[in-house]
Amino acid sequence: MYPQSVILETQQLTRCFGKFTAVDAVNICVHMGEVFGLLGPNGAGKSTAIKMLTTLLPPTAGRATIAGYDVTHQSDAVRRIIGYVPQALSADGSLTGYENLLIFAKLYGIPRSQREQRIREALAFMDLQAVADRLVRNYSGGMIRKLEIAQSILHQPQILFLDEPTVGLDPVARHQVWNLMQQLVKDYGTTIILTTHFLEEADSLCDTVAIVNRGQVIATGAPAKLKATLNQPNATLNDVFITYIGKKLESKISYHETAKIRHNIRRLG
Amino acid sequence: MKQPKSDITSGDWVELHPRKRKNFVGAIAELVSKTLVIAELEIRKLLHDPTDVLVRGVQPALWLLIFGQVWTRTQAIPTENLSYLEFMTPGILAQSVLFVAIFTGGMTLIWERDLGIVHKFLASPVPRTAIVLGKALGCGVRCLSQIAIVYSLALLLGVQLYLHPLAILQVVAIVLLGAVNFCIFSLIIGCVAKSRDRFTGIGQLITMPLFFASNAIYPLSLMPNWLQIISSINPLTYEVDALRSIMLPKSSSLYGFGLDCTILLSTLIILTIICGRLYPRVAT
Repeated sequence: MYPQSVILETQQLTRCFGKFTAVDAVNICVHMGEVFGLLGPNGAGKSTAIKMLTTLLPPTAGRATIAGYDVTHQSDAVRRIIGYVPQALSADGSLTGYENLLIFAKLYGIPRSQREQRIREALAFMDLQAVADRLVRNYSGGMIRKLEIAQSILHQPQILFLDEPTVGLDPVARHQVWNLMQQLVKDYGTTIILTTHFLEEADSLCDTVAIVNRGQVIATGAPAKLKATLNQPNATLNDVFITYIGKKLESKISYHETAKIRHNIRRLG
Repeated sequence: MKQPKSDITSGDWVELHPRKRKNFVGAIAELVSKTLVIAELEIRKLLHDPTDVLVRGVQPALWLLIFGQVWTRTQAIPTENLSYLEFMTPGILAQSVLFVAIFTGGMTLIWERDLGIVHKFLASPVPRTAIVLGKALGCGVRCLSQIAIVYSLALLLGVQLYLHPLAILQVVAIVLLGAVNFCIFSLIIGCVAKSRDRFTGIGQLITMPLFFASNAIYPLSLMPNWLQIISSINPLTYEVDALRSIMLPKSSSLYGFGLDCTILLSTLIILTIICGRLYPRVAT
């Protein structure tokens, strides 16, 4: 079992874009070593929440702390202890896998004496040694995702944010990424916060899930506990999702977001 | 409001308390080192695909070989003791650097924004000004190829150039300074425009006036008063003035090399501060 100390906490975290409230007074609490899933349909506000937690977007109201540091007022301290893999492809296709890692090792200030060893370890952990010197634009979708995760764990963050980590991946690559996440928790005790709209992914990976719709957290708890609340034998997370969101399900996904998602899927595919 | 300190421990995994910038010197050292890493990233990209450099040589070639040759024959523009081709050579170098910088900086930024690369950098503990300066410095290195291209073409056309190594070094410095300035200007446009279509529109709207409201292809004395005023606040004018005084043995600086450099450096500081503030908006 993971220790019970809280590593991330939000209080009434809110983000508005004009009159539209993308994240609406969200309160979540994540413990160290936990895999926490933000689960919801496209446009539910998951990515906006992640952007606020990773200091990319200032909250309109409320606050969030990571390892005791406030994401708004102590953003530099927060950036040093988090790792982040955005939903879009963030590895640079015009560099090799090794160069992508090298640049981030330097940016995170990993001492020169440890740099090569950390990069080698990360490549081995992700099983990417054989393609390290190949340009990333020639990688498969699964390899790119693994490289991106490798980049984000080089500085050994306390908490890793993964925004839709398996979107656009084929089933084999998806399972590889799942295994890696579990390995990260097991080997390093990393806390993982991921967003997903794949219920199977949330069910098999997450210790806790928060179901999000229209910017609000509708339900929080361990997948097993949430399933138990339905009082149905053999209830799945899918049933939980439908029960909690039901007719309220309304995707606010914009034309631009749809284009971005399809673009990513094409590149990863 | 004073924020509480972290009480989370995680063995020897990460530093418990992030390194604090102890003083101004430490902050500057971090800014310089991170700027160089970002510049290294850009240079590595260039090394993987150097064809871009050759393609960029077409534009100055057209200006010197066609425009320059024709206008030299007309003798319509008073350029004192210089031939028109000699007069315009430093101007064309500055112009080609301007175009490369403007269309590299913001365009790359928007491309990287769409891919998600920008977000990853912004979520890392790198000073925003270092990202801006590093990208601009990388662009500056990309622009250095323009020196070789313009010098080769000008020498072929019989232009007398000052080829002392120190003069070449000064040209390199001014080209870097000019490129960094205009690349950051372009990044600012990119931060505001956020889409490729909008950027291309604004970029074209700004680049040509910058070029024509400068002393690149005609002397300031030919301009009407209003244009002289605009050109006196145009950094390109000072870049061209500095280049003209270093590259041509028969020319001297209108403002003085020191003032040209001071103005370019001051512009750089102002643009960097503005861009550093705007840069995080790219992620939203």
